[in-house]
Amino acid sequence: MNLIADGFAWLTDPANWTGAGSIPERLVEHLLVSLLILLIAGLIALPVGFTIGHTGRGKGLAVAVTGGMRAIPTLGLLTLAALWLGIGLAAPILALVVLAIPPLLAGAYSGLESVDRRVLDAAKGVGMTGLQRFTGVELPLSAPIVIGGIRSAALQIIATATLAAYTSDFGLGRFLFRGLKTNDYAEAFGAAVLVIALALLVDGLFALAQRFSVPVGVRVARSGEPTRSAADRATGRTTTNV
Amino acid sequence: MHTAARTRFALAAVAVGAVVALAGCSSSDPLETDAASSGSGETLVVGSQDYYSNEIIAEIYAQAFEANGFEVDRQFRIGQREVYLPEIESGAIDVFPEYTGNLLQALDDTATVTESTAVYDALTEALPEGLRALDQSSATDQDSYNVTAGFAEQWDLVEIGDLANVTEPLTLGGNSELETRPYGPPGLESVYGVTVGFTPIEDSGGPLTLKALVDGQVQLVDIYSADPNIEANDLVTLEDPEGLFLASNVVPIVSDKVDDTATEVLNTVSAALTPEILVSLNAQSVNDEDSAEDIASAWLEEAGLFS
Repeated sequence: MNLIADGFAWLTDPANWTGAGSIPERLVEHLLVSLLILLIAGLIALPVGFTIGHTGRGKGLAVAVTGGMRAIPTLGLLTLAALWLGIGLAAPILALVVLAIPPLLAGAYSGLESVDRRVLDAAKGVGMTGLQRFTGVELPLSAPIVIGGIRSAALQIIATATLAAYTSDFGLGRFLFRGLKTNDYAEAFGAAVLVIALALLVDGLFALAQRFSVPVGVRVARSGEPTRSAADRATGRTTTNV
Repeated sequence: MHTAARTRFALAAVAVGAVVALAGCSSSDPLETDAASSGSGETLVVGSQDYYSNEIIAEIYAQAFEANGFEVDRQFRIGQREVYLPEIESGAIDVFPEYTGNLLQALDDTATVTESTAVYDALTEALPEGLRALDQSSATDQDSYNVTAGFAEQWDLVEIGDLANVTEPLTLGGNSELETRPYGPPGLESVYGVTVGFTPIEDSGGPLTLKALVDGQVQLVDIYSADPNIEANDLVTLEDPEGLFLASNVVPIVSDKVDDTATEVLNTVSAALTPEILVSLNAQSVNDEDSAEDIASAWLEEAGLFS
């Protein structure tokens, strides 16, 4: 109980909110490095995932690779990367990009895969090209799942980006490491609360984005189709007539 | 009848001898040490930190006890001080290799002494009821500032204070807590007049810290003085005449269950364990990847203790 009170005392201490290495500065650093990692991982994983989902080829390989990547311990990878790249931000960014790729890739290909074959057949039937089908049909219909993948990646990145402080003077991890090493558990606790708050905030924003990304037609069809299962809705699987 | 009894006696002697020998080679299996009980009869519980060098010292204590007829229960790699200190205080562990300065700091964070004997005296005062510090060894494992040999030569560095002559900006690398510790940048400034920047590297003077130093990303690093990497990488440890760092000698912390004979055993070990020996024992673990058991038994044999 005392620890929690001390933790919140640390969080509300004005001295921690101003100057170099203060809470606002670390929060911004943490958010920026997380966004950068998400951007890099997205540029790698999303095109690959879309290609797999669109063509239906290479899915077995993607499942195996993402499964394997998920098993990589991030701290171990970070140490390896830092031994190669040296200290600084490059190594944690590399390690966290590897962490973020599996959910992004899985979201992208399973999103496209979830689009009803009949809808795609219909799109083909009215003469849409591959690119038109991708941008006009597959992408809008799969958006909630693709965003779900981005959401899950963002959550993991923010929660794990504390490791950036392992090799650099960056992010909320600085408070965590220092608190743990000096037995200042109030500081460590306060930092953990900040990381959780940031992660939940970003997760909430993506949840909203996910909700609003459901195409209007699908939403209309859903409201007129009360018998469809919750599971179907969650995965965005739909048999609507677009 | 007579011969049968003799044979049986001989067999028993061989069996006991074999068990003692096995115990000498040691393993963490407590069952193997059952027969070697000519000592006090009570089993001594030896603990160790989750730190390879500490485990080697604990293993030396354990094997020294066994060579003197004690039974030993090994509880190694328990973790950090917050975890095991209550266990020692509660009497669950009887013998633990510790470091005077670091332990003093954990017990009394207001302590200001840094010199070895003063630290030892303060530690004996600060130890909780029922615990004793036996003789400290000359071997230390404490924070130390290190630079590359090239950098030391370029600026003619011997002592920490010589860093004040370096005209380029200096960056110190180490665990994040170093930034606020009294021997960190604030102490460098106030004691030696040396101004440094700081870069956190959270591997406690491990491979990342070494690489950053060798690559020139930082010029000064904090590495434990018994780390064989200092020698292996040709680093120069800067002398600390003003006692910026807390002296931290290896010392056994023991409970009341450690009797006079056991005390004598540990004091003999501590007297023989020098800083150079500790570094070479650590090197056998880091470079040759030998087990703590092998390293400990080889050293006890080489040093001719209890043989």
